[in-house]
Amino acid sequence: MQAPLDPVDLAKLSLKDAVLDVVEFRGETTIVVDPRRIVEVCQFFRDTEGLEYIFLSDITAVDYFPKEPRFALCYHLYSMVYMRRLRIKVYLPGDDPRLPSVTSVWPSADWEEREAYDMMGIYFEGHPNLRRILMPADWEGHPQRKDYPLGYEQVQFSFNFDDIDRLKPYAKD
Amino acid sequence: MSERPLLESSGHSANITEWEGTVQELRGLVSPRALTGETMLLNMGPQHPSTHGVLRLLLELDGETIVSCVPDIGYLHTGIEKTMESKTYEQAITLTDRMDYLNPMGNNLVYCLAIEKLAELDVPERAQIVRVLLAELTRINSHLVWLGTHCLDLGAMSVFLYAMREREMILDIFEMVSGQRMMSTYFRPGGLWRDVPPEFIPAVRAFIDYFPAKIEEYETLLVNNPLWIDRTQGIGVITPEEAIAYGCTGPTLRGSGVNWDIRKAMPYMGYETYQFDVPLGEHGDVYDRFYVRIQELKESVRIIRQAVDRLEKTGGPFRSQNRKYVPPPRSELGRSMEALIHHFKLWTEGFSLPEGEVYVSIESPRGELSCYLSSDGGTRPHRVHFRTPSFVHAMGAIPKMAKDSMIADLVAIIGSVDIVLGDCDR
Repeated sequence: MQAPLDPVDLAKLSLKDAVLDVVEFRGETTIVVDPRRIVEVCQFFRDTEGLEYIFLSDITAVDYFPKEPRFALCYHLYSMVYMRRLRIKVYLPGDDPRLPSVTSVWPSADWEEREAYDMMGIYFEGHPNLRRILMPADWEGHPQRKDYPLGYEQVQFSFNFDDIDRLKPYAKD
Repeated sequence: MSERPLLESSGHSANITEWEGTVQELRGLVSPRALTGETMLLNMGPQHPSTHGVLRLLLELDGETIVSCVPDIGYLHTGIEKTMESKTYEQAITLTDRMDYLNPMGNNLVYCLAIEKLAELDVPERAQIVRVLLAELTRINSHLVWLGTHCLDLGAMSVFLYAMREREMILDIFEMVSGQRMMSTYFRPGGLWRDVPPEFIPAVRAFIDYFPAKIEEYETLLVNNPLWIDRTQGIGVITPEEAIAYGCTGPTLRGSGVNWDIRKAMPYMGYETYQFDVPLGEHGDVYDRFYVRIQELKESVRIIRQAVDRLEKTGGPFRSQNRKYVPPPRSELGRSMEALIHHFKLWTEGFSLPEGEVYVSIESPRGELSCYLSSDGGTRPHRVHFRTPSFVHAMGAIPKMAKDSMIADLVAIIGSVDIVLGDCDR
């Protein structure tokens, strides 16, 4: 078995300008990369001997509204050979967040990306089946965005009972 | 092919019109043969009893053989991740119980671990032992429900009744410590809600003395039962490579022979100090996954036995003394001004966590359960995301295993993967 290699050094050496930043926090390594080159980056971490991050555990979408770049995607990988984790992070702009899909690298990215699309409205180019996954197909908006309202029910009092009743979505005669 | 709904081409698809209406959208998900009506499209669920909740599978059938299987989830989506963003860290723990309702302690644990990692909060040894003990009891509890329902699906009804009988003892222990049988909310950041009562240790001892004989009973009923073997061996096979590529974890991955258990690979809560083995399957079929879980019951009993021995010898606090995050005991409120201030702060505003993001994983009964927690420095989580094993298994493993199998075997496959839809949809 090849000895484990340092993912940060190797990434900087091989991927050069695709690596934008490296953050160490609470013992977790985050490598911030260029979203345009995410497929190449993921393939590099999966296939390079000494790294072998073969398992994609999760893709999390984060909304930093109202900051810009607004969205971030965290790819949580781990290497079953060396028993260690890595987070690859990309930042995306608030208007038209899109990046290439990594379903060709890990089949399990399929539904994680669908969830990110459904909840945050991030578009994955080249995804085979980018549909809503948790919300109904005709749902409007992306509920986990920070500017999406929580959706409280308006309280009906006697003075405004009819006004609010008119807005309720059940059948009326 | 025109845009007409499938309703016109084949008489059985009144419910397929709910599938977004047109044939175009099904293209790529099912084989081209389905679009001409050569194969049959059939909905299984969301109310089918063997789907263990509300999972809907769109099956494409050629006779009784499944050509493709498209899962549709979201019927139990309750927006837990979104709701947690508007609660304080402490309030949000109650929501985690309700995700995977068969593994409430495990969900509490992963969320508390994330907070503790972000806050660099210490957990006293006594709390760690109780957490391990209860997490393993939860694993047994969850495996018992799985065993009962899996057998019920395949027609072995008596096992269900036995499994529920033993589960009752565990639920009594949960009620004893937390006051609740299922939604316990017992683990809190920094330790536990309160110390375990004096009758806890005798109750756990009574259970671990009683339970191993019952595991043997289940084994006698099933392991060499020719009917059971006929229904399970060689069914729903997934190779180790496929299992890793499709994100399988837990017993589903170990049934294929991959030695991967978070408790061993990346230990938390002192699991590295306990002696236990990781049972492995060989063939990756329904039987091996069943066998792995049965062996896990024994390993859990082993861990509990060690934990209860340690608990007897370990005194000390049951939660951290860090008053920034952990409330002071009630008795101090009348005597100490600081305690009063801390109590007031914690129960009105809540504690704030340093800015940053962490990701922690635990081995839940179903597989890897992870929590991503991002904080913006405030008193409410900025973003919480749970990587739940059922979500990954329902979307990836089930269609993969179901392909080219018989429709009657699908029931066995769903059962063997052990999904909980609350965990899946969150």
